[in-house]
Amino acid sequence: MDFELSAEQRAVRELCRDFAKEVVAPAAEELDRDHKFGYDIVRRMGELGLFGLPFSEEFGGAGADFLSLCLAIEEISRADAGVGITLEAAVCLGAAPIYDFGSVAQKQKWLPDLLAGRKLWAFGLTEPEAGSDAGATKTRAELRDGHWVVNGAKQFITNCGTEISAGVTVTAVTGKNKRGGPEISAIMIPTGTPGYHVLESYRKLGWHSSDTHPLSFESCEVPVENVLGERGGGYRQFLNTLMGGRIAIAALSVGVAQACLDASLAYAKERRTFGVPISKHQAIQFKLADMAMETELARTMVYRAATAYSHGGGKATDDVRMLAAMCKLYASETSKRAADQAVQIHGGYGFMEDYPVARYWRDVKVNEIGEGTSEVQRMLIARLLGA
Amino acid sequence: MTISWRSDNGCLVKIVVTVKQVPDPNSATLLESDNTLARDREVVLDPGDECGIEEGLQLKEAHGGEVILVSMGPERAKDAIRKGLSMGADRGVLISDVQLAGADALLTARALAAAIKPEQPDLVICATESYDGSTGMVPPMLAELLGLPQLTIAKKVEVDGSTIKVHRQTADGYQVVEASTPALISVTAGIAEPRYASLKGIMAARSKEIKQVGLSDLGIERGEPGETIEGIADAEARKAGAIIEDDGTAVDRIIQVLAQAKVV
Repeated sequence: MDFELSAEQRAVRELCRDFAKEVVAPAAEELDRDHKFGYDIVRRMGELGLFGLPFSEEFGGAGADFLSLCLAIEEISRADAGVGITLEAAVCLGAAPIYDFGSVAQKQKWLPDLLAGRKLWAFGLTEPEAGSDAGATKTRAELRDGHWVVNGAKQFITNCGTEISAGVTVTAVTGKNKRGGPEISAIMIPTGTPGYHVLESYRKLGWHSSDTHPLSFESCEVPVENVLGERGGGYRQFLNTLMGGRIAIAALSVGVAQACLDASLAYAKERRTFGVPISKHQAIQFKLADMAMETELARTMVYRAATAYSHGGGKATDDVRMLAAMCKLYASETSKRAADQAVQIHGGYGFMEDYPVARYWRDVKVNEIGEGTSEVQRMLIARLLGA
Repeated sequence: MTISWRSDNGCLVKIVVTVKQVPDPNSATLLESDNTLARDREVVLDPGDECGIEEGLQLKEAHGGEVILVSMGPERAKDAIRKGLSMGADRGVLISDVQLAGADALLTARALAAAIKPEQPDLVICATESYDGSTGMVPPMLAELLGLPQLTIAKKVEVDGSTIKVHRQTADGYQVVEASTPALISVTAGIAEPRYASLKGIMAARSKEIKQVGLSDLGIERGEPGETIEGIADAEARKAGAIIEDDGTAVDRIIQVLAQAKVV
C-alpha cells in the first residue's frame, strides 16, 4: 500500500493550490456578496485545462486520473466552494455522462467546448418530488415523428443559466421497463430549444458564486438521436454519474474543511485573551486538533475512494459505491463541524461577513444535501452492508 | 573555453535555466544544528526561478530554440524540474550526489558548470539569488567557470541576433548593458510574471527527459568547502519609527524627513 501521490498528482495539486490562492481567493468575497458567477475565473480554469482533467486527449482532455480531479476540486473549493461546485458539476455531471455514454457524434459535437471550459453542460435529475428516488420521476419524454417531446420540471440545477451554458441532460420517463416500472432515459437538451425554460435563479443560503436554477419543459422537442446512450439506460447512467459526483463533493467538502482550519489557526494565533493568543488555550487547541484530524481523515477517505473508482474503470461496483457513500457522508459532515467550530473560534467576528468563516458556514450546509443527502448515504451504506 | 555560435539565422537556439528546489516560502524557516536549512519540509520550485523559466520560455517563443533546466539537489528535486517542464521547458538535468549535501556556493557553481558546459548553451539564465540561501554568488561564479560574460540583475532582456541587451536597476541608477552571446544573465522577479503550468503541460512533462548525473559523471570532486557557517545571529530588531502628529504642519515635516533621507 502506497499513500503517496504521484508526481503528476502532486503537480496538479500544486498548480491548483497556486491558482486558487492567487486568482480564486481574492475574488471570492465579491462574488459571494454580489451573487456573481465568476466568468473570468471559469475562463482561466478552462485555459489551465481543469474542465478536461480526467478525460482523454482525443476530445481535448488532459488524460489525468479521477484523483487528480478531486485534488483540483479540493484546492479550488478551499478558496471558493461556489467555484468548486461549478467545476465539479461541469465535469462530473455535465461532461462525464456525455464522455461515458455518448455516441461518437455527441462527443465530437459537445466535448471539445466543454472540456476547454468554453461551454458548460448541466445535469437534471432532481425534481420537486424526485431525486435520489428516481423511480418517482415525473418528467416525461414521448417519441413523436422522430423527436422526443419532453414535458416536466427539474430543480436545483447547477450551470444551466450562465451565458456559456450549452444545455442540460435530463432524466425522463420514456415508457415502462420489463418489470413494469418506469423506463428512464437520459435526454440531451441544448440551450435555446423551444419549450426549454431556464427559470429565475434561486435565492440560496450559500454557494453564491455558482449558478442554480429551476428548469421547465413544455412540449420541448429534440431529435431522437439526443437520447444519451441507450434508451432506458438512464437509471444505470445516473447511478454511475452520482457515484463519481459523490466522491467529488467529498473532495469539495475537504477543501472547505481545510479552509476552516487555515482561517481558524491563523486567527487563534493572532487573537489574544487573558494575556495570551487564544491558540494557547486548551479549549481552542482541542477544537483545532479535532478539525485537523477529521479533515485529514476525510481527505484520506476521498483519496481511497477516488483511487478505487479509477482502478474500477469508473464502474459502479458495490465496493466503490460503499466507499463513495462513506467518503461523501464523512467529508460533508466533517466540513459542517469544521465550519461550525471555525465560527465559534472567531467569536463575534465569526458572525460577521468581514471574515471568510461566515461564508464557509453558509456554504457547507449544502454539502450534506447535494448529490444525495446524508440520510441517503446512510441508507446506501446500510443496504450495501446487507442490513 | 569557447562556445561557438551555431545558429544560422541569428536566433537563440539553446537556453539553460538553472533551477532550485527550496523550502516552501509559505512555511516557517527552520535551521538544523549545523546552521544549514532544514529541508525535510514542504518544498517548491524557487519562485525566483519561475521568473527565470518564464523569461527563457518567452525568449524561446520569440526566437525559437530549446529550454533546458539544470538543477542540483536530492532525488525529489525532480519535482521542481518537472514543474518547469510543465510550464513548457523541454528537458531537464538533475545533478544529484550524496557528496553534494551541504554544498557551498562554489561547489554548487562548479557542479552546475560541469553539467552545463557540454550543453554548449547560447544563454544561461539564473535567478539573482535563491530564495533560501540567498548568497547571490552562484550566477557570477558560474559565468566565470563557463567563461561567459555576465549581465546581472536583469529586469528586461532584449535579444538581437547575437547581441543580448539587459536593463538593470541598481542602487547606482538604471543601466542598459549588452554583450554578445553566449552569455549568462541573472534576472530579478520583475522580469516576467510566471505562467501557470497547464494540465496538459503537466501530463506532457511526464514524458520529458530528466537526466540524472552524479559527481563522477561530471568529473569533479567535492574538495574543501570555500565557505562554512560559523554562527547565526538574529538581525537587529527594527527600531520604532518617529510618529509625526498632525497639528496642521505634518505634511511639511514629513517632506522634510523624506528630504533628509534623500528619497524625495
